[in-house]
Amino acid sequence: MRALLPILVALALLAAVPLITGSNVVLNFLVFVLLIALVGQGWNLLGGYGGQYSFGHAAFFGTGAYATAVLQVRYGLNAWPAVALGILAGAALGAVIGALVFRSGLRGSYFALVTLAFAEVLRIVASVAPVTGAGVGTLIKLDLRWQALQFQSRVPFYYIILALVAVSLILVHMIERSRFGAWLVAVRENEDAAAALGVDATLVKIGAMTLSAALAAAGGCFYAQYYLFIDAGIAYGPWISIEALLAPIVGGVGTVFGPLLGALVVKSLGEATKLLAGDAPGLDLVIYGGVLVLVIAFAPRGIAGLLADLRRLVLRPRRAEPPAEATRA
Amino acid sequence: MLVAALMLSPTILIPAILNGLMTGAVYALVALGLTLIYGVLHIINFAHGALLTAAMFAAFFANRWLGLDPYAAAFLLTPLFFCFGYALQRFVIGPAAHGEDRNILLVTLGLAVVIENALLFAFRADTRTLDLPYGFDTIQVGPAFLAVPRVIAFVAVIAVTLVLWLIMHFTDTGKAIRAVAKEKLGAELAGIDVAHIYAVTFGLGTACLAVAACLLIPSYYVNPSAGNAFVLIAFTVVVLGGMGSVAGALVGGLFVGVVESLSGLWLGESLGQIGIFVMFILVLLLRPSGLFGERA
Repeated sequence: MRALLPILVALALLAAVPLITGSNVVLNFLVFVLLIALVGQGWNLLGGYGGQYSFGHAAFFGTGAYATAVLQVRYGLNAWPAVALGILAGAALGAVIGALVFRSGLRGSYFALVTLAFAEVLRIVASVAPVTGAGVGTLIKLDLRWQALQFQSRVPFYYIILALVAVSLILVHMIERSRFGAWLVAVRENEDAAAALGVDATLVKIGAMTLSAALAAAGGCFYAQYYLFIDAGIAYGPWISIEALLAPIVGGVGTVFGPLLGALVVKSLGEATKLLAGDAPGLDLVIYGGVLVLVIAFAPRGIAGLLADLRRLVLRPRRAEPPAEATRA
Repeated sequence: MLVAALMLSPTILIPAILNGLMTGAVYALVALGLTLIYGVLHIINFAHGALLTAAMFAAFFANRWLGLDPYAAAFLLTPLFFCFGYALQRFVIGPAAHGEDRNILLVTLGLAVVIENALLFAFRADTRTLDLPYGFDTIQVGPAFLAVPRVIAFVAVIAVTLVLWLIMHFTDTGKAIRAVAKEKLGAELAGIDVAHIYAVTFGLGTACLAVAACLLIPSYYVNPSAGNAFVLIAFTVVVLGGMGSVAGALVGGLFVGVVESLSGLWLGESLGQIGIFVMFILVLLLRPSGLFGERA
């Protein structure tokens, strides 16, 4: 329980925000930060803990978003079961792609490539298939009732995404301390050695990918309900694949808080860029790409790593003094 | 589909195949750069598409601002992009990656995002085309009418591949590149500057893109994401032809060009594009052993 304390404190702080400010600008910003933190946590589970760097998490995000929207618009389903089915659809896709890819033994660059290809195939299919609204996209009808999972105010949405992030934080925290988590990290560090010690590496990776996809899909479902519009470029576009990996890498790969920290920093940076340079297309992404390169070059363990270094520096026992005296003597 | 294939007369089929070969030649050249970099550095360069786009913009503006014909611009842009690629590997990718494969992936991805969006920022999402006097000229080959720029591209790609092959086999630098590709540590012990050879290889790969861009621009358009269309095809070609194989890239490129042309003929434009991705995924899933042959 003590180990859960930092998570609970962070959640309590975030939960207090709507009590302090009712500003839609602040809430919109934080909703987006939390959304990226959620999808990023999904990526982090597979990429950070499992060492499988996906470049195509848009595949899961988009599947969740499209399932939510299409089931409501074309099949008249209520929003709540539509969201649940959206998460399931994303998880199922993760399991299928994971089974295909990991059974074929694809690792490293090849894994990144093939996930990218899956996302692109889905994007092209979604931009021509009639069921997704093809090039026009899908618009969810405005119906501001809680039964339809739509709200006039930003506050309920804020608490919903915060709850989802809370679930993702606790889930990853639990996995970190579980046998499954230990297997996952073992596979990341040395797959062959882990397999030699009896870990079913393929199954572990497929499991991680399924959970990872479910989290990303949950983000997609939320996106669809929050903005009420998606098209192929939004749902399956590369932007979300990049956000999903940027947040945990900037925050700290393979740490529970990495994605949340990273999302907060990256999104603040994006807003600052917009404030300074206006809404110029592409400029925020230039900054993101640059941040990605800089973080890998100078802080490969992200902000979490920097904080750990800082703490060690502050708490370091004072061993520096004896040599100082020695030089005086 | 097979029935449909048999029913198509050679007067349709032969031009489709020839056009496919012409397109495939450019794919081959883009793939050549990719496979060269993979063969030596053992990394997949995710910035390849963005670098191609940058080269296409360079070729475009060399014509608009300096009045250079794209084919003449190739002689200026190729050395320029060689230096750019060299510097990128030597001063950015190499130092930033700390020698870890996963980091290199992310650094090249980050570079791709920066380059593509810097172009978007500078030139907006507009699609631009050059109007050249010979842009729509055709020559007749048997039953087929082929666009002149595409025929020039085809011939030029064969020539570039030949030059590259000669460089790799008959110059000291080429021999050093092959030595590093085969046995990095051994090459280092023999006195080869591995960081320099890595950068030279990356430069050569980027130079291929400059040539490809100059060959493409007379008959193609350019916008900030134009290169992406080619790069996943190039990945497919490289995977098909065998990672690191120059001959494989050439043959694979021509093959993919023909497949795309024929599937476009039978399935329509957008589904033809999916055909390439599906082929790519299938090749990766079904022949992974062939892919890892050299690495293990």
